[in-house]
Amino acid sequence: MASAIQSLESYAEGFAGFEKEAAGRELPWLRSLRQSGFARFSEVGFPTLHDEDWRFTNLAPIAQTQFRLARNGHALPPATRIAPLFLPGAACMLVFVDGRFARGLSSLGALPRGVTVASLASELTKNPAAVEPHLGRYLNIQRDPFCALNTAFMEDGAFIHIAKDVAVEGPIQLLFISAAHDFPAVSYPRNLIVVEESAQATIVEEYVSSSGGKAFCNTATELVAGDNSVVSHYMIEREDAEALNVSTLRIQQGRSADIASHSVLIGGALVRNNVHPALTGEGGECLINGLFVGGDRQHLDNYMLVEHASPHCGSRQFYNGILAGHAHGVFHGRIIVHKDAQKTDAKQTNRNLLLSDTAQIDTKPQLEIYADDVKCTHGATIGQIEENALFYLRSRGIDEVSARQLLLMAFANECLDRMKEGPARAHVESLIHEYVAGVTGSPSSHAPEAAVGEVK
Amino acid sequence: MSVLEIKNLHVRVDGNEILKGVNLRLDAGQVHSIMGPNGSGKSTLAQVLARRESYDVTQGEVLFDGKDLLAMKPEDAACEGLFLAFQYPVEIPGVSNAYFLRSAVNAVRKYRGQDEMDAMDFLPKLREKMKLLEMDEKFLNRSVNEAFSGGEKKRNEILQMAVLEPKLAILDETDSGLDIDALKVVANGVNAMRSPDRAFLVVTHYQRLLNYIVPDRVHVLVNGRIVRSGGPELALQLEESGYASVGSAAGAA
Amino acid sequence: MSSNTDTIRELAQQEYKWGFVTNIEQESAPRGLNEDIIRFISAKKDEPEFMLEWRLRAYRHWASLEKAQAEPKWANVHYDPIDYQDIIYYSAPKQKPNLKSLDEIDPEIRRTYEKLGIPLAEQKMLAGVAVDAVFDSVSVATTFKAKLAEAGVIFCSFSEAVREHPELVKKYLGSVVPYTDNFFAALNAAVFSDGSFCYVPKSVKCPMELSTYFRINAAETGQFERTLIVADEGASVSYLEGCTAPIRDTNQLHAAVVELVALDNAQIKYSTVQNWYPGDKNGKGGIYNFVTKRGKCAGRNSKISWTQVETGSAITWKYPSCILQGDNSVGEFYSVALTNNFQQADTGTKMIHIGKNTRSTIVSKGISAGHGQNTYRGMVRILKNAEGARNYTQCDSLLIGDKCGAHTFPYIEVKNSTARMEHEASTSKIGEDQLFYIRQRGLKTEDAVSMVVNGFCKRVFRELPMEFAVEAQKLLSVSLEGSVG
Repeated sequence: MASAIQSLESYAEGFAGFEKEAAGRELPWLRSLRQSGFARFSEVGFPTLHDEDWRFTNLAPIAQTQFRLARNGHALPPATRIAPLFLPGAACMLVFVDGRFARGLSSLGALPRGVTVASLASELTKNPAAVEPHLGRYLNIQRDPFCALNTAFMEDGAFIHIAKDVAVEGPIQLLFISAAHDFPAVSYPRNLIVVEESAQATIVEEYVSSSGGKAFCNTATELVAGDNSVVSHYMIEREDAEALNVSTLRIQQGRSADIASHSVLIGGALVRNNVHPALTGEGGECLINGLFVGGDRQHLDNYMLVEHASPHCGSRQFYNGILAGHAHGVFHGRIIVHKDAQKTDAKQTNRNLLLSDTAQIDTKPQLEIYADDVKCTHGATIGQIEENALFYLRSRGIDEVSARQLLLMAFANECLDRMKEGPARAHVESLIHEYVAGVTGSPSSHAPEAAVGEVK
Repeated sequence: MSVLEIKNLHVRVDGNEILKGVNLRLDAGQVHSIMGPNGSGKSTLAQVLARRESYDVTQGEVLFDGKDLLAMKPEDAACEGLFLAFQYPVEIPGVSNAYFLRSAVNAVRKYRGQDEMDAMDFLPKLREKMKLLEMDEKFLNRSVNEAFSGGEKKRNEILQMAVLEPKLAILDETDSGLDIDALKVVANGVNAMRSPDRAFLVVTHYQRLLNYIVPDRVHVLVNGRIVRSGGPELALQLEESGYASVGSAAGAA
Repeated sequence: MSSNTDTIRELAQQEYKWGFVTNIEQESAPRGLNEDIIRFISAKKDEPEFMLEWRLRAYRHWASLEKAQAEPKWANVHYDPIDYQDIIYYSAPKQKPNLKSLDEIDPEIRRTYEKLGIPLAEQKMLAGVAVDAVFDSVSVATTFKAKLAEAGVIFCSFSEAVREHPELVKKYLGSVVPYTDNFFAALNAAVFSDGSFCYVPKSVKCPMELSTYFRINAAETGQFERTLIVADEGASVSYLEGCTAPIRDTNQLHAAVVELVALDNAQIKYSTVQNWYPGDKNGKGGIYNFVTKRGKCAGRNSKISWTQVETGSAITWKYPSCILQGDNSVGEFYSVALTNNFQQADTGTKMIHIGKNTRSTIVSKGISAGHGQNTYRGMVRILKNAEGARNYTQCDSLLIGDKCGAHTFPYIEVKNSTARMEHEASTSKIGEDQLFYIRQRGLKTEDAVSMVVNGFCKRVFRELPMEFAVEAQKLLSVSLEGSVG
């Protein structure tokens, strides 16, 4: 544990330096947010297996490494490597390297009137009044030390504002690149997305690595969905095999807002994906859809906290996991129905496929219901590829590898089918196709656990 | 000529007076919209007209097609041709949409002394309406509203309206939670049903709907009373300056 | 809501329709239980020595359990202690034995069955259902015997089977539910007076649905019937069981045992509509229904499917189970259990996976109304060698009103890592919202209630043979429309 304490000290040093030069340091409200975030983190440190919310995830790779803030002084990846990552059909793409906005790599395009897409750092400098009412108002730094840490170090990321009644056609793509460093680097992207009444948008957050090296990305997004708004949010994690990624999506939903959160985790060594919608207005609907696919020794932990705080809201959680090799998947599905949230309809389903004897899944539903007229269902399955189905396909002339791929794609398609047709879904679909082919192995390899985790 | 005539309607829910003297007259062939802030009594009015019995009418009178609506049970009002598109459509697991709709159509036919329709006659009619609302065939066999998204539920309400062909359709926030494409589909469905012998009462929270379903009259309901009535331009004015601007003004339908 | 409530109240006050008493002379054993009573029953039935021995062994086992006060108490039901010495263990209509034809049945009994709507007379048997009717404790008549005999199917009363097919009875009796299994199974083995026996030989598909109708008539009588169904290799059979009882204000005990054996590639479908007298509105009277039902999928690719609609009895304590011994064998349990007024039900199933690639499905729908208490208790056990075993469990509860209760106790034991388990559970309330919505579309309250309930039970009803499904729906509408609001 000595190194964990050392690492806490290094965070304190890092914070002292950061505070002095960070964008918006002159804003008292921001200063106080950062300080309270750091104070909370210093108080509790990193969670351990004794914390109920973390009991299946060993954080030693994060807690015992001395990360340094990757702020300046590294070469940006060449634009020629970034251009192909632009999502066809996207309204714009913002690129962040180690959490900092890279204007030269981004393409802002022509956005409709009423749409603001900018870097948070520049917004804090130029127009803090647009940020202040929302930034840090929803993320719970008391519950989660990573949220506290992100809040302490928040500076840059995306700021998106969609005005009332405006519908943005193409997805707004946010690309986060962990760059190569000769030291363990940490970054804290922080995004604020505000969608006003009856507005409509699709946001894609995508995390990739530009090359190897141990990197820790602790990211947080606050999504404020106004009354009657319609928002789709995608979180795509496909960093490399050494990456550590902890992300939190905090959704604040207004009356009749219809929100979909889609998470696709295929990369990273240790990944924790927190999704926390709070349905705070009557008649809100929330879809929480996810697919995690892991191999080798990947650890993919999904923590859902769905909070029903108003009557007549619906939430539907569907998470599918595919685990090969020694991969370890976790699904926590926590639903809290507050006393006044009558007529809540909450559904949760977690389905998992284990492709090897050494792969592991822990699934834990947790329902806390304080209202008396609600409908809550949960279901979990753990299984293998069905030998009968495999045999059936092979008896029709399909080779074993292709047959496995077919069955895995069918399983993954359950998640894809819940995404609205469009560029974002098409993108996810092609990523998954490619990745599933990797998990099932090349035609020469019959071992399902081969060739996992290399995402370029 | 009036399909609906509401006179000095007072309603209590759980002991609280929600409607405090509503007056409104709606003629055949017309579309009226009721707008108002949260808690103004819009949904209460819609539910009371559909005869929700736990809502206590303490004063007033409502004539539906010249008959005493307040004396009717919900199923009688429905059979007389009053349809409510619910703000929160209810799930009925294990009962298919097709079966539910046919049961409803036959209940109405029976009430009117007509023969019941069998599945062979009914399905083609249903399919035609579904096409209008761009609904997939698989809706027919799915349980009523079960595992439907918010948008699907609202579309299903409009489908039921299209099949039941009511004299008076009350739409309670049918636009809430819809994305722009679904909103257009729903509005088209409603517009296709506008006819000289049918009236609509469109209750909404958001002005946006009225860009697609243009009403003949707009009524503003604040704190249990209609405080202002006017043409479609009133909706735009509200959009500009909010309910506060009309809140104090006196006025009636 | 007021008129909803009124209609429902009216419906709730509907009387138990099957509650008439038949006046016929009964021949009964003296009250109480001892070895002499066992001998009396065995003698009355003219049983061979092996049966008497078996009964006596069972009785001694039961007596030791009773002495040790080992009557099971773990079920989530509450009742006053049963005085086992205050029950009449044998009661038979007094009439000459060995009927030559159906016309010889006591006309009084015939009328009873007609009131029940049982197609006893052969001319009424167009539905193609062969009926073995058990009146109190003895089997009164078996119809369609000839047609079944032609196919090689043996379907007769248990007493007759003991006399005519002792080798089959000896081989299979107690092979699935040994008398040592539990307190009530021991009691049943000691005193069972009759029941049904069915044997379907190799590769025979039983040409018609077989049916037994049980009716408890005499006061203070226990009914302890025993059913044994054996489907030999490649055979299949579908069996229906229906039950009613007259209204009496004391509680009557029903402790039956059902054993099913399916050999290689055999299939048995066992459907029950249980409508014993549930007691009155205040919880007085009614049947204690303590039943042990178990099937053994002994052979490869065999299948046993239980479907039950439980609307009656004051207390139901029943877990139709499957032992999935043969590789690739399949066990199913589909259940609707309804408790209204002061009824209590603790029911569910056990699926024991022993063979490879064994599969089980459990669909349980509990409906609680009034002060009813409904418990689902299910166990899925996957043993060490059950490679590739699969289970799907769906367990839903519907609450009507706010004085009833639904409880779920799933037990899962998995000893093989290749097992695949799925579990879904939900609890919902039938409420004003649902009824108002349906009524707003033009349907009357009672139609709305039955629409909601039948929708809830659909997945189970569609497992029932057609004519039974219709009966079950009607039964539910009557017993159910108890107490909304």
